[in-house]
Amino acid sequence: MSGNEAAAEGAMRAGCRFYAGYPITPQNEIIAYMADHLPLRGGVFVQAESELAAINMLYGASAAGVRCMTSSSSPGVSLKQEGISYLAGSELPAVIVNISRAGPGLGDIGPSQGDYFQTTRGGGHGDYRCPALAPSTVQEMAEFTYLAFELADTYRNPVVVQGDGMVGQMMEPVALDHLRPPRPHQKPWALTGAAGRPRNIVRSFRGVKGELEKHNIKLQEKYDEIKRTEVRCVKIACEEADVLVVAYGTCARIAREVIAWPPRRLPGRVGLLRPVTLWPFPCRQIAELAERVRGVLTVEMNAGQMVEDVRLAVEGRCPVHLLRRMGGAVPTAREIADKLVALFG
Amino acid sequence: MRETRTVRCETLYARPQCLIDVPTHYCAGCGHGTVHRVLAEIIDELGIRERTIGIAPVGCAVLAYDYIDIDWSEAAHGRPPAVATGLKRVRPDRIVFTYQGDGDLASIGMAETIHAANRGENITVIFINNAVYGMTQGQMAPTTLVGQKTKTTPRGRDPEQDGYPIRVCELLSGFDRVRFLARATVTSAARVRRMKKLLKKAFRYQIERVGFSLVEVLSPCPTYWRMTPVECCEFIEETMVKSFPLGVIKDVSAGEDGDR
Ligand SMILES: Cc1ncc(C[n+]2csc(CCOP(=O)(O)OP(=O)(O)O)c2C)c(N)n1
Ligand code: SF4
Repeated sequence: MSGNEAAAEGAMRAGCRFYAGYPITPQNEIIAYMADHLPLRGGVFVQAESELAAINMLYGASAAGVRCMTSSSSPGVSLKQEGISYLAGSELPAVIVNISRAGPGLGDIGPSQGDYFQTTRGGGHGDYRCPALAPSTVQEMAEFTYLAFELADTYRNPVVVQGDGMVGQMMEPVALDHLRPPRPHQKPWALTGAAGRPRNIVRSFRGVKGELEKHNIKLQEKYDEIKRTEVRCVKIACEEADVLVVAYGTCARIAREVIAWPPRRLPGRVGLLRPVTLWPFPCRQIAELAERVRGVLTVEMNAGQMVEDVRLAVEGRCPVHLLRRMGGAVPTAREIADKLVALFG
Repeated sequence: MRETRTVRCETLYARPQCLIDVPTHYCAGCGHGTVHRVLAEIIDELGIRERTIGIAPVGCAVLAYDYIDIDWSEAAHGRPPAVATGLKRVRPDRIVFTYQGDGDLASIGMAETIHAANRGENITVIFINNAVYGMTQGQMAPTTLVGQKTKTTPRGRDPEQDGYPIRVCELLSGFDRVRFLARATVTSAARVRRMKKLLKKAFRYQIERVGFSLVEVLSPCPTYWRMTPVECCEFIEETMVKSFPLGVIKDVSAGEDGDR
C-alpha cells in the first residue's frame, strides 16, 4: 500500500474513531482511505469545510475522550496551527499527519521538509511543543501513526507525524498484524455529561492572575519529561564512523543508500544518524558522536532548518555542513557522496 | 390557649439548580446574564443537566462555564460549531449547544456556522446578537446597524463601505437540513418568556433528533451602545427589530405539531 494509506490504516488500528480533513495533495489517499474504511469500523468521518474546521472538530472529539486524527499538507497545516495551539493549551490528545509539500505560499506539490520549523517549534502561538515522528518508509508511516496515538494519550498533547510527499505516495509492502488494539487510556477529564461526578471543563483560557504562568510551568514540565523519555533515533554504522550524516524522512532513505557504498567512493567510514523524533531532538546522541567524528553533514529538503538543531547539539565540537535542495527537489545519492568527498575527501 | 397555624409556602420562583450562585462578570443591564438564567432554567426543566455539554465562545461570554454547572468546552474564536460537530458526532446521545456572539458566529466563524448548519448537525446554537464586539471594546460587528456608531465606525456604519447587517436566521433558512430558526429578545418579562419558549423548543428538537436549530437573541450592550439599560431596551424595540424582525423564521415541524 502507499505511505498515506499505511498512515490511515495505522490510525484505525490504534483505535482512531474520529477523522476530519480537507483535501490537499499529496495526502489525498489518507482522506479517501478514511472515508472508505472508518465508518465501517465504527468511527466517524467528516469532510470538513476547511483545515481550520477540521482541527477544531478534533478539539471537540478529543474533548469527548475519543481518539482522533486529521491529515493535511503544508498550506493546510499552516491553517491548523490555531487549533493545534488550542489543543496543546487545553492538553487534548490528537494526531496530525503532515505530508509536506514545497512552499512558501502555494509552492508546489513536490516533496519537501520545509515544515521542520512549524512542526518542531510548536507552529502556532504561545509556548508549546508537539512530539513529531518522522517516518522514512511505508512501514513506519503505519507504525509511527499508531505510536503517535499512544504518545498523544500518554501526554495529553497533540502529536505530529511529519512525512513528505515522497514517503506518502510511495508503495511498499507493510506488516500490520503487530499493531494490535491498544489498551484504553483512562480519561477522567473527558466531557461526557456531568453524571455522578463534578463537571469537567476543557479550556486553555486562564484569566486569573498568575494562573496562566502556573499552567505554562506545568506544560513545560511535561515537555521536559517528554525530552527525557521519548527521544528516538536510528544510528547506522555510527560506531566506527569518521564522518556523520544526519538526515530524516526521505533524505534518510537516500543517505542510507550512500553510506552502504564501497569505502573507496566515500571519504572514509560514514555513519548515518536518523532522528525519528524531530522533537524531542536527539541532541545527546548527536553530541556524543560529534566528539569522535571529523564533521557532520546534514541533508535536508529545505533551506536548512534541522541544521540549526544539529549545530545546537554539536556545540562546536566539530564542523557542521549542509546539503540542501528546495522547492520540491530531492537530493540524489550521488550528490550526497560528492558533497562528502568535497568536504572530507 | 392560643391557636397556632402552619402557613404553607410554595416556591414559585427560585434560582435554577444548575445556575451557579456567583456574581457574573457581565456589565449591569447586559443581555448575557438573562440568557444564561433562561438557559439554566431550560436545562433544569428538561432534566438534561447530566448529559448536556456546552461550548463557550471567545467573546464576553468566554466565561459562561463559570455560571452553569454542566460539562463545558472552550472553543477558539468562531469555531464553536466545528467543536460541537466533533463532540456531537462522537457522542450523539449527549445534548450539545454552542453559545456565541455575533462576531464569533457571523464574522470569524461564518464558515463554520454555515457548514454545520448545512450538514444539519443535531446541535442547538444560541446566538447573542448585540450588534457590537463587546469583549474587544465595541467595534463594528457583522450585525451592526446602518448608521450605528462603534469604535470602528465612528461616523456610523456606512453600507457603501461595510455592507448591510447580516441577518443570520434568514441566511440559514435556505438550507434544507436547518430545522428551527427563531429570533427573540430580552426587553421585557413577556419577551423573556417568549425567548425561553423558543429556546426550549430548540433543545427539544435536539433531544428528538430533529436536527440543527438556532435561536438568535437581540441583546443589549449598555456599555458599548453608550446607553442606559432602559434606553437599550427601547433601542431594540424601536430600531433594532426593524433590521432583525422577531419571530420564528423557520420551523420544520410547525405544520404537524404547532407550538409544542
Ligand atoms: C483569532 C482571534 N481574533 C480576534 C480575537 C479578539 N476577539 C475576542 S472576542 C472578539 C469579538 C467578540 O464579539 P462577539 O463575538 O460579538 O461577542 P461579544 O463580546 O459582543 O459578546 C474578538 C475580535 C481573538 N480572541 N481571537
Ligand atoms: S461589554 Fe456589552 S456584551 Fe460585554 S458584558 Fe458588557 S454589556 Fe455585556
